[in-house]
Amino acid sequence: MVEFALPANSRVTAGTTHPAPSGAKNTRTFRIYRWNPDDGKNPRTDVYTVDMDHCGPMVLDALIKIKNEIDPTLTFRRSCREGICGSCAMNIDGTNTLACLKPIDEVKGQVSINPLPHMPVVKDLVPDLSGAYAQLRSIDPWLKSDTPPPDGERLQSKEEREKLDGMWECILCFCCSTACPSYWWNGDRYLGPAVLLAAYRWIADSRDERTGERLDALEDPFKLYRCHTIMNCTQTCPKGLNPGKAIAKIKTLMLERQV
Amino acid sequence: MSNPTHSQQAAIMRSMLGRARGLGSAKSGTGHWWGQRLTAVALVPLGIWFVVGAIAHAGATRAGIEHWISGPMTATLMLALIACLFQHMQLGLQVVIEDYVHGESCRVATLLAMKAATALLAILAALSVLKMALAG
Repeated sequence: MVEFALPANSRVTAGTTHPAPSGAKNTRTFRIYRWNPDDGKNPRTDVYTVDMDHCGPMVLDALIKIKNEIDPTLTFRRSCREGICGSCAMNIDGTNTLACLKPIDEVKGQVSINPLPHMPVVKDLVPDLSGAYAQLRSIDPWLKSDTPPPDGERLQSKEEREKLDGMWECILCFCCSTACPSYWWNGDRYLGPAVLLAAYRWIADSRDERTGERLDALEDPFKLYRCHTIMNCTQTCPKGLNPGKAIAKIKTLMLERQV
Repeated sequence: MSNPTHSQQAAIMRSMLGRARGLGSAKSGTGHWWGQRLTAVALVPLGIWFVVGAIAHAGATRAGIEHWISGPMTATLMLALIACLFQHMQLGLQVVIEDYVHGESCRVATLLAMKAATALLAILAALSVLKMALAG
């Protein structure tokens, strides 16, 4: 059966509290999930109070400030700090999003920060996404064409190109997949919204000639049809994309080729 | 947020891509998905018709009910309702079981038990209608 409680070694305990620096007038408190694979202990929640008069506006700014000035052991991924690399995806205030795009002002009260839900944790806020990356690889996310390559570009009409809008923008942060209950319960077989959006990006590409083969590979009660249009994916996407709609379009094509 | 232990990781040495591809595509699922939607749509008029009919016959005698059900139009719609209802029910329960019951043998056993129970209930309901329809 589905496990409704965390395993004993994953239950989160109380951690260390780091008070505000003396003299700080404008402070915010961050409650951050911590887990170290090397100390054999359960995960814990550490509490950090940050002087906001000397901190940038985004959650990532606070995380970097904490790591630089309060606790260098805090571990998280970050790179571009402008919502294009997808590294700093995490659960902030109960919603999966990018720390670099999430203003601290949007959160009321204490800011709770956890790793992306239901993925194995490498350390602290770093989830192990190797399963999700392998699922992306499994849908062959590249152009497949049997027509000999032209001398120049493979041309598309304006209308054909427009079909890719809303999909090429995906940065593969996996906020959507890890927000999906179906992916939580059956993530070993269900491909999840991020990978299905990527699959539809190639199905919809006018230059790709293996559309039927791609649909064949997805037609499966678990790989595709675990989507029950819960729509957490679309609601949480930090790039404002609509994976739920892409999945609905795949289902429509499955039917279209039968009638 | 479950933290894998080292022993769990050591038990599986198959590559992540091999695990992601798994047993490949079952090449099915579209019929199930479409069937669930078709029966749902069919149940809207059939359901309204049945509720209106049942309210109209509230307080009727047993003979009155039997007279209503045994009409050819009513019996046909009743059988259509029973077919759509139980088909929709078993398709929906299958999804619930596949979602939440893990472990191959446990899932297959639960699915078979659910399908058998649904089929028996459907036969019982259909037979009840036929008994009234054919007795008249």
